[in-house]
Amino acid sequence: MLGTYGDGGNVHVLHHRLSWRGIPSEVVPIPLGTAVPTGIDLLVLGGGEDDAQSKVAADLARYLPPVLASGTVVFAVCAGLQLLGHSFETAAGSTVAGAGVLDVTTTAGHRRAIGEVVAVPADPELPLLTGFVNHGGMTLLGDAARPFARVRRGPTNHPLSRVDGALQGSIVATYLHGPVLARNPALADHLLERSTGLQLEPLPDLEVARLRRERLAPHRWWARRP
Amino acid sequence: MRGVDAARVNRNPASRAAWQALAGWLARAAGWASRLAGRGSGLTITGRVLTMLSPQSVSRLAEGRRIVLVTGTNGKSTTARLIAAAWAAQGPVTANGDGANLMGGIASTLLQSSHERVVLEVDEVALPAVIERTRPELVVLLNLARDQLDRVGEVSSHVRGWQAVLRRTAVGELVVNADDPLLVSAVQGAATKVTWVGAGLTWREDARGCRRCGQHITFEDHDWWCESCGLRRPPVQAVRSEDKLCIEGGPTFELDLDLPGDWNRANAAMAVLAARTVGVDPVTALQKMREVHDVNGRYAQGSIDGHQVRLLLAKNPASTGSILDLLEQSSDPVVFVFNAGAADGRDPSWLWDVPFERLAGRRVVVTGLRAADLSVRLRYAEVEHEVADDLPGALRGLGAGRCDVVANYTAFATTKRQLQHTGGGR
Repeated sequence: MLGTYGDGGNVHVLHHRLSWRGIPSEVVPIPLGTAVPTGIDLLVLGGGEDDAQSKVAADLARYLPPVLASGTVVFAVCAGLQLLGHSFETAAGSTVAGAGVLDVTTTAGHRRAIGEVVAVPADPELPLLTGFVNHGGMTLLGDAARPFARVRRGPTNHPLSRVDGALQGSIVATYLHGPVLARNPALADHLLERSTGLQLEPLPDLEVARLRRERLAPHRWWARRP
Repeated sequence: MRGVDAARVNRNPASRAAWQALAGWLARAAGWASRLAGRGSGLTITGRVLTMLSPQSVSRLAEGRRIVLVTGTNGKSTTARLIAAAWAAQGPVTANGDGANLMGGIASTLLQSSHERVVLEVDEVALPAVIERTRPELVVLLNLARDQLDRVGEVSSHVRGWQAVLRRTAVGELVVNADDPLLVSAVQGAATKVTWVGAGLTWREDARGCRRCGQHITFEDHDWWCESCGLRRPPVQAVRSEDKLCIEGGPTFELDLDLPGDWNRANAAMAVLAARTVGVDPVTALQKMREVHDVNGRYAQGSIDGHQVRLLLAKNPASTGSILDLLEQSSDPVVFVFNAGAADGRDPSWLWDVPFERLAGRRVVVTGLRAADLSVRLRYAEVEHEVADDLPGALRGLGAGRCDVVANYTAFATTKRQLQHTGGGR
């Protein structure tokens, strides 16, 4: 139910990056109302419209704590990030309880945050992040969560904040689309290594290199950016 | 934008009429200046100037005319074109083009012609306002799917907007695709006669959540229903199956078109029912529709820089999926021209909702301002491809022989201008 913003692409990327290294993987879709199995390596939660989001929150509150306890890495994008938090406010004005496993709270913004982002990841091993954000919610981090990245250019979690996303325990969450793992293969490989414990050989990634050069080029304010 | 149509200028009906005439003249002058400067057709600027100077202009220009509105995420231009062709059997018809489907473009379309019969394609986001100002005789609803999410918001907000306007404003009649649950939700509570058509729906990803109660919609063959609240496909007055259209359990008509693709048969089915509503019988309508060979460049065949091409538009997951269906019928090389400008939707993530894997084995070249994003997508789809700096470069690389050029919105507009026409259709 949560795949509106092309975030299914993140799963695609993860699956292929393993298969290109000769490592088989199984992608398990989890429909609304189904229990999330414990013992999986990586759980991916994508973005979606407000209506769909509210339905999923109740499910996650129930199923996530044992999943996290079993060591599963959880990667969440946009609505996924909001759902993992304490609560989020929909555009219609109602406050919905989240899963409560990530120390963040989201309220409804007056204007949508939309645009290209360049950010410096909190993890010093990772290169610059590029992505596109599009969200109506404003998210603030509590003490138990750390920022996922510091935003150099573009919209952030919240008008009063300079950060993107959140990290806490085995949860990695961001507002970046693109899909974010398509644009940031080092992040994809980092998630794979962390969740499987494997050491991964580098991949040529020529097409992504070209895309990253374009997306990370210095901002020429006098020229029209595509 | 607030209009200058202020009370102090316009209490006197004579001065109001004079002001509106002046506004019309100024708007037309702006359009002429725009064309002179080579900035396009001038439709948008004409409309903007007109609605800025005289916000009541659209209602006034629509008065006394027979207006048919066509909307939906995919198929608006083609269906509006087919309806206009069919209706022309009764007399001259005014139609707008796909660059003029917001209020400004509609205003200038109404300004620049005085025919009684008007068919307007309307952008999903503009539909409520256009319905209120034009009081149409007929509104045709085709489908709703995700498109340009960074620009025009979510499908659910369209459903809510349409529902609200249809409940409070009387339109003459509705012709609606019953195979799309989102449209059935949008029409709930409308106090208007509805003709339901089983035109078909291939892209269902946005319709799986019931917009009435939030639970799951189940699709089975041609039927669908909500698991929990009872919303279901209504009984239809007409049903399409491939090339055949059956109306009210009566005669079956052959949807014999010069346009390719199954989705155009769906569009044609809707157009036939719309034409029937305004008084054109299906046989006549289909005869006229057969004469449509391209729709503002879509499906057009011609040459660019001496290379034979067929031009196709693919601007969101639903339409791109349909284009892939079409491409599978031939083995010509295909060039994708891909931008992500403001009018395209700046976020190309939607490419990951398209099964590009189906292109495996074809010769594929990618170009355009956002070719790099599409190239990454194709890499993960394991489709070998080349990247070219521009379309002429791509075509040179392909050498002689026909190819298909698939472009998204702004790329399509640029490419269309380069095409030397030799014909259209299949």
